[in-house]
Amino acid sequence: MNFRQRLSPTGNTGDAIFRATVFAAALLVLAVVLAMIVALASHSMLSIRQFGFGFLTSREWDPVKGQFGALAFIYGTIASSLIAVLISVPLSLGIAIFLVEQAPSYLARPITFLVELLAAIPSVVYGLWGIFVLAPFLRVHVEPHLARWFGWLPFFQGPITGIGLLTGGVILAIMITPIISAVVRDVLAAVPNTQREAALALGATKCETTLIVLVNGAPGIAGAVILGLGRAIGETMAVTMVIGNRAEISLSLFQPSYTLASVIANEFTEATANIYLSSLIELGLILFFVTFVVNAIARLLVWRVTRSTAGAI
Amino acid sequence: MTTLTALCTFVAVGILVVILSYIAMRGIGALNLRLLVDTPRPDGEGGGIGNALVGSGLLLLLSCAVGIPVGLACGIYLSEFGGGWFASAVRFLIDTLTGIPSIVTGVFVYAVIVLRMKHFSAFSGGIALALIMIPIVARTTEEMIKLVPHSLREGALALGAPQWRVTLGVVLPAAASGIATGAMLAIARVSGETAPLLFTAFGSRFFPRNLNEPIASLTVQIYNYAISPYDEWHTQAWAATLVLMALILSINIAVRFLTRNRFS
Repeated sequence: MNFRQRLSPTGNTGDAIFRATVFAAALLVLAVVLAMIVALASHSMLSIRQFGFGFLTSREWDPVKGQFGALAFIYGTIASSLIAVLISVPLSLGIAIFLVEQAPSYLARPITFLVELLAAIPSVVYGLWGIFVLAPFLRVHVEPHLARWFGWLPFFQGPITGIGLLTGGVILAIMITPIISAVVRDVLAAVPNTQREAALALGATKCETTLIVLVNGAPGIAGAVILGLGRAIGETMAVTMVIGNRAEISLSLFQPSYTLASVIANEFTEATANIYLSSLIELGLILFFVTFVVNAIARLLVWRVTRSTAGAI
Repeated sequence: MTTLTALCTFVAVGILVVILSYIAMRGIGALNLRLLVDTPRPDGEGGGIGNALVGSGLLLLLSCAVGIPVGLACGIYLSEFGGGWFASAVRFLIDTLTGIPSIVTGVFVYAVIVLRMKHFSAFSGGIALALIMIPIVARTTEEMIKLVPHSLREGALALGAPQWRVTLGVVLPAAASGIATGAMLAIARVSGETAPLLFTAFGSRFFPRNLNEPIASLTVQIYNYAISPYDEWHTQAWAATLVLMALILSINIAVRFLTRNRFS
């Protein structure tokens, strides 16, 4: 079979051109992802050669001395994302259960729209609101109380400024809630009604029935949470504006911190030395691979639930 | 238990209301005609966001010109020829591309375009935004085309039309409104992007003269003003945010009304 026939089994020239065009677009997507990996890797070569694996374990980030290590940013990214997930997961589960299992549809539809609107607000707008509204609010009304009641924990010690890990985590939590709750909603809606009917027929209360539905959708819910985590890891502007941007590792949530994404946003245009730029691009490479893996895992989990149950009905 | 879940929902909706009302309150007071047409000036001399408005508009046009045709073609490929392993791989890559942080897209475009051209430009900013648009447009196009009934396709094929005419002349028009709403959502999404523009379009204090030089955008200007120490610039940041949110919210609400009856 020659190339022309493969392109167009019908033997029509228009079909061949059409098929080649749309195939080229699909190839382009493939090429972009490959080019991304190649470009990020080749531009971080300088830094990879000089620092090796020590880049991941060194906490020193000193552009003046030319010493670069990513540990402080990795810590800041993980810590702020974990805070975000811890706050957002119970909230999102509550929203999803309310919208799928409890609310009447005339209420569920507009509320779904409103919750999804939270995802439409740009990151930089969250940042602006974070600087001028959320950070002062946390400084005055939340952080002093946390320090008073839980000050014996290492997480709530030190000076209170309103700018730091906690504020970054809270703003991320608001930003990922619409994403997690939307996916959990889809997962719960995909759990077959026979499960609910069986539970109710066996005498389970509404509360117990919801629990059974949650257990049925557990892998998908885990996927939703990981998807939210992936978003939190990559969020840039809002976090940059409220996290304080200091490359330090501190257990205290009141202290300023720095994330992978925010150091790139902040220092990229200042990086004059080649090794400085290369180190920043290596941070981008790390970010690329972490979010790639996290997203792939999340999608596999969500896909398993929504697909297997769809086949079972 | 219903009380608890209702409370969660109330908290989320409450936060939305608080954020939007802050933007409205702080923004409306600062908004005036001069602000909308003037260029930035030093603290104390007024100035405005006119160049940023024009810049954002041009960047959006550029990203649509690249992102919508490619995304559309990709979506057509996935829905019409999407049976094999290659299509599954492309589908997977598109999904992961959606999850890649936009700042990484910015770094990529910087490495591939800005470093080579040796200067920031509106082109590179438009490409970065287009890369974010493509996966969104591609997936909604695929989903919308799948909703078109098979009988329509079969009818056209039975009349002797070649496949490309069936797809372009029958299937696409039937899915057009859905694809258009998908494209509108993609526009709303990229119009709020800041991170990929920081080191591609960069920013500028002047009205754009050509697309091969740095260009201002609403989002980057909001960022720069928000982290500045001047009260006057903070006020302008709120006004710029109000303009941006008006655009994004009206797209989202319009999409909501257009798709209201499709699934019921």
